[in-house]
Amino acid sequence: FRCFASALTPELKSTLDKVVTSNKVVVFMKGTKDFPQCGFSNTVVQILKSLNMPFETINILENEMLRQGLKEYSSWPTFPQLYIQGEFFGGCDITVEAYNSGELQELLEKAMCS
Amino acid sequence: MGVTKEQVESSLVSKMNPSHIEVIDTSGGCGASFVIEIVSSQFEGKRLLERHRMVNAALAEEMKEIHALSIRKALTPEQWKQQQEAENPKPAAA
Repeated sequence: FRCFASALTPELKSTLDKVVTSNKVVVFMKGTKDFPQCGFSNTVVQILKSLNMPFETINILENEMLRQGLKEYSSWPTFPQLYIQGEFFGGCDITVEAYNSGELQELLEKAMCS
Repeated sequence: MGVTKEQVESSLVSKMNPSHIEVIDTSGGCGASFVIEIVSSQFEGKRLLERHRMVNAALAEEMKEIHALSIRKALTPEQWKQQQEAENPKPAAA
């Protein structure tokens, strides 16, 4: 049995709009920043910690509706999902590549100053 | 029922027309898990996020079963050529 109804209700969408805009950097992940429960989520947390950037994390393992709704909200099928200034930035691979190229540091510094 | 490396490969080949593709099965018994390297002219003019979205979309069916997917490379043929040359410099012509 599979439910085809959208998990992204208008209520959830407006809540997510608020969450991603009220914090400059938000990671939706498996586990929390102090206790990541997946290697990919841990990688993104470690990168953000190493850059000394304040960030919020939200544990998608605690809420199945949130987990399904977010996939639609971001049009991204997996976690973690990194948001910077209200905009979806990418998953783990994109974050790693942007970190290696210096693009992530630049973007985060800009976000912190704005 | 899981997803096989062959299924992932054939979906990407039919939808992205890649000039190079490598799918590595990295599942350690916990479910289908893959690393992908793909080179396609369809990536031209696209940012990394767009490129990854294209790969995710091509694998939409398989993603329902896939446990973890890592897109290690999503390059244009031109970028791929440059990378290959940088990694394996040709011996100087005699």
